[in-house]
Amino acid sequence: MKEQRFVREIMASKRRIILLSFVVGAIFFLLLLRLWHLQILSADDYRSMSENNRLRFVPVAASRGAIMDRNGKVLVSNRPSYSLAVVPQEVKDKEALLNQLASLLTLDRGELAERWEKNMGRAKYYPIVLASNITRDQVEIIEENRLRLPGVEIEMKPVREYSSGILAAHLLGYIGELSEDEMNRKEYEDYNSGDYIGKNGIERSWEQELHGSDGGRQLEVDAHGRVLRIISETYPTVGNSVILTIDVNMQKSAERVFGDQAGAAVAMDVNTGEILAFVSNPGFDPALFSGKLPATKWKEYLDDIRHPLENKALTGQYPPGSIFKIITALAGLEEGKINESTSVNCTGSYDLGTSTFKCWNKHGHGITNLKKSLRESCDVYYYQLGEQLGVDRIAATAKKFRLGSPLGIGLNYEKPGMIPNAEWKQKRFGKRWYHGETLSVAIGQGYVLMTPIQMVSMIATVANEGTVYRPRLLKRIVDADGKLLKEFKPEILGSTGISADKFRLIKQGLYAVVNDAGGTGAAARLGDIKVAGKTGTSQVIKLRDSKLGTPYQYRDHALFVAFAPYDKPEIAVAVVVEHGKHGGSAAAPIAGRILRAWFNTKKPPQKALVPGSEDDEEDTPSGSQPLNSEGASND
Amino acid sequence: MIDRRLLTNIDWMLTGLVVVICLLGILNIYSATTPYKIVAAPYYIKQLNWMLFGMLIALVVCSIDYHILEDLSYWLYGFLIVLLLAVLIVGRRSMGATRWLNLGLFNIQPSELMKITIVITFARFFNNFQVVDALSVKDMLFPLGILSAPILLIMKQPDLGTATLVLLIALSMTVYVGLRWTAIVTFILVTIPIAWLAWAKLLHPYQKNRILDFLNPERSRLGSGYHIIQSKIAVGSGGIIGKGFVQGTQSQLSFLPEQHTDFVFSVFAEEWGFIGCLLLIVLYLSLVLWGLNIARRCNDRFGALLAVGVTAMLFWHIVINMGMVMGMFPVVGVPLPFFSYGGTSMITSMVGIGILQNISMRRFMF
Repeated sequence: MKEQRFVREIMASKRRIILLSFVVGAIFFLLLLRLWHLQILSADDYRSMSENNRLRFVPVAASRGAIMDRNGKVLVSNRPSYSLAVVPQEVKDKEALLNQLASLLTLDRGELAERWEKNMGRAKYYPIVLASNITRDQVEIIEENRLRLPGVEIEMKPVREYSSGILAAHLLGYIGELSEDEMNRKEYEDYNSGDYIGKNGIERSWEQELHGSDGGRQLEVDAHGRVLRIISETYPTVGNSVILTIDVNMQKSAERVFGDQAGAAVAMDVNTGEILAFVSNPGFDPALFSGKLPATKWKEYLDDIRHPLENKALTGQYPPGSIFKIITALAGLEEGKINESTSVNCTGSYDLGTSTFKCWNKHGHGITNLKKSLRESCDVYYYQLGEQLGVDRIAATAKKFRLGSPLGIGLNYEKPGMIPNAEWKQKRFGKRWYHGETLSVAIGQGYVLMTPIQMVSMIATVANEGTVYRPRLLKRIVDADGKLLKEFKPEILGSTGISADKFRLIKQGLYAVVNDAGGTGAAARLGDIKVAGKTGTSQVIKLRDSKLGTPYQYRDHALFVAFAPYDKPEIAVAVVVEHGKHGGSAAAPIAGRILRAWFNTKKPPQKALVPGSEDDEEDTPSGSQPLNSEGASND
Repeated sequence: MIDRRLLTNIDWMLTGLVVVICLLGILNIYSATTPYKIVAAPYYIKQLNWMLFGMLIALVVCSIDYHILEDLSYWLYGFLIVLLLAVLIVGRRSMGATRWLNLGLFNIQPSELMKITIVITFARFFNNFQVVDALSVKDMLFPLGILSAPILLIMKQPDLGTATLVLLIALSMTVYVGLRWTAIVTFILVTIPIAWLAWAKLLHPYQKNRILDFLNPERSRLGSGYHIIQSKIAVGSGGIIGKGFVQGTQSQLSFLPEQHTDFVFSVFAEEWGFIGCLLLIVLYLSLVLWGLNIARRCNDRFGALLAVGVTAMLFWHIVINMGMVMGMFPVVGVPLPFFSYGGTSMITSMVGIGILQNISMRRFMF
C-alpha cells in the first residue's frame, strides 16, 4: 500500500518535471524573442547609436544670472570657484588616491570617500566632484602633483559673489547644492546632482530665470576613455538677470540707520507698489551659505537673540498697535459712526462693563476729535469707536486693504498676518467674541497681526487714497546681453472703495502726528519735505507699568508708518524696531532717515545735505512722552 | 572514497555543457577586459583558475553521497543564518553594501552560500513532509518561516538581487511539489500588501531608483538608467553576425558598466551577434533541461528535490541576468553562471553542478 503510494507520487512528480521543462522552454523562447527584437528588428537603430557613442558628453555648468538694483547696479554676480573632481575609470587605486588627496590638501578623508560612494552609479568617465570651493593654493598643489594623481581634475565653476557684502541678505537669499530631497521634486527634474539652486529669497523665487541652461562638450575618446579632441561644444546659456525695484543707496542707508537693533523696514512706491528698500536686521552673510557654512558661524546665527536668519519684513507678524487706528478710524467714517468733528472726552481710561481700559496717557487727552486722536494716539477715542463698530466692521474695513492674507510679493514663506472677527474666533477657539476684545482690536492689539509688508501696503493705500497695489520686487528681466525679456507693470489688487475725502481726513491727522505740536511722530520730520505718519507700539507681553529694566525680549516693539510728500505722495515706509519700546522714539527717526535717503538720491545735487534737519529732530523729545499739554491746539 | 562503479556513471552531458560554457565565458572575458588597465594577472587567466578550482570543488561535492546533506541541512541552515547576522554586524563594506565576511584567509559572501543552503533545506523539508495531494496554506507556514529569515537579512545588506533569487529558488521548488489553488490565491492576496510595504519601508532609495529607471530608462541619462541604455545599444548593435571578437565598440570603449561581471553577456552579444547568442542560449537551455532530466530520472524524492532546486538556481540566474542585460528586468546585480567573471559566482554554480553530478551518478544506486 505504502509502496504503491510512493510510486504514484514519483510518477506525479515526473509528470510535473515535464511540465516544468515546457515552462523553462517557453521562458527561454521569450529571451530569444527579445534578442530577435534587439538584434534583428532594431539592429540598425542600435548600430547607429553605438557608432555615435564614440562621442561623450560632458556638461558645462551655466553661469547664473546677475541680480541688480533698479538703477542697474550689480548686487549679486559670479566669480570662478575651483573644485576637485576625479574620473573614476582612470583611477587604479581608489584608497591610495583618497589618502594622497587627503594628506596633500589637508581635507577630510571620510568626506571625500563619502562623496565618491554617493556618486557610484554614474558612468565611469563622468567626473565626480569630491570637494567644492577649494582654495587657489590647493589648486596649485594639485597642479604640481598632476602626474602622481591620475584621474584627478580641477573643475572651474562660477559661484555667487555678493558685491555689497551682507546688503539685503534676506531679500536676495542664497544658493546651495541641490539636496536629495529636492532632486526628487518635479520642479528640479532637469537638474543633476551637484547643481546649485536658489534656496531662499530672490535666488529661490526666480530660480527659473536665473539658472540658465547648462551647455556641454562632445568629446571624442580613445579606447581608454581618454579625450582625443573636442568635437563640438554647446556653450552654456547664461541665466537671465533680474532687475529689482530696490534702490541700493536707499537700502544701504536704511540698513545703516538700524545699527545693531533688530527689526524690519520696507519702503514702497505708493503709485506702483514697487518695493524700494527691504530690510530685515540684523542680516547674515549670504556668501557663507553658498559655500559650506562653518558650524561655529551657524551656531552664532542661531544663538543670536535678534534672530538674524529670520526675514522679519516677510515673516515677522506683529500686533500693529496704534497704526491700526487708521483702519478703525476709516471704519468709523465709512459706517457713519464718526465724522471730522465727533469728539470724545478722554479721562485716561474707559469703562466697559466691569473692566476698565486704560489710555496710554493716564492723565487723559481731554476733548478729543478725530485729528487729535490720531496725532496724540488717544486710545479712549478708539475704545469708544470700537465698541460702537463691533469687531466685524473693523475686520471688513481691514479686508478692504487686503490685510489678513499674503499680498503675493513673490517670495516664499510670506505670512498672512491676522485680522480676527467673531466667526474666526468661534471656529478657532469655539468661543464667542467678547466686547472687550473688540476694544483691543480697535487699537491694534489682541489677535491682530500684520507683517511689515502689510504695514507699508496699508499706509501706501492711505497715501494714494484707496488703491491696493501688489508689492513688487522685480522691475525687469533681461538676458545676459541686456536685452529686455520682461517688464513688470504695476498690478492693482483692488480698491478699498472708500471715498477720497475720508482718506483726506485721515491724512490730515497723520500730518499732524509728525508736524504739529503734541504729535507722536515728530522724530520723522524732514524740514522741506512734508511727512505724514503714525506711531505704534506693539505689545510683546502684558507688563504694564514695569520699570525700565524690562528684559530685552519682553520689551514692546516700536512701529512707525509714514508717507511723503504729504501733498503728492511718492513713497511710503514702514519700520518695526523689535523691542524698541516706543514707535515715536525708536522707529520714527529710522523712517525719517529712509525717506530722507530717497529724496536725496532723487535730487542729489542741491539737496545732498539738508541743513541740520535730521539731527535737530533726533533731539526732539519723542511723542510717546509728550511734554506739551494735551489741551494744546487742535484746530 | 569514490566508488569505482560511480566513475563509469559520470554524467558527461552535464560536464560537457558546463565546460563549453565556461570556455566561451573565458574567451569573452578576454575580450571584455582588453580595455582595462591590468595590474596583476589578466582576468581571463584568473577566471580559468576559478573554473579549475570550481571543478575541483564540484568533484569533492559529488564524491560524497548527497544523502548526507539531508542530515546536515538544518545545521547548515542555522550556520548560514549566523553568518548572515555576522555580516550585518562585522561585515566589510564595499560599494555601499555589506556583503562580505572576512574569515582571515579569504572573504566569503554568506548570501551567496544561502542560495545552495535554501535548496538543501527545502529539499529536506519537502522530503519529510507527507503531501497527500498538494500543499495547503497551513503546510507552507513552516517553509515560509525558514525562507523569510534569510531573505530579510539579505535585503538588509542590502542585496536585492540575491534576496530575489533565494525567493525564486524556494518558490520554484514549492511549485514543483505542488500548491493547492487556495494556497496560490492566498499567497497572491498576501503578497500585494507585503510588496507595497517593502517598497515603502524596506527598499533603499538606490534600489527604488533602479526599478524606476528600468520602468523609464530615460529618467536619468547618466544615472542607473544609463546602464540599461548602453547595454541595449551593445546587444542591439551586434546584429545578426556580431561585430567580431574584440571588435565591439561598446565594450572596447568601456561604455558598459561592470562589463566583465554582470553585463558580460552584452559584450558577447555585441561581438557574436544573434547567431552567437542563439548558440549560448541553446547551451544554457540544454543545461537547465538536463538538470530537470536528472531530477526526473532520480528515483529518490530528496535527490529529485535537490536537482530541481539547483536547476532552478541556475535557471533564474540565467533568465534574470539575460533579461536585465536586454532591458527586460531592472538592474539587480545577478551574475550569469559560468560566464560572468568572479570566484564567488563560479564556486556557487560549481557546487550546484557537483550536486547535480552527484545525483546523476547515483541514480542507479538507489
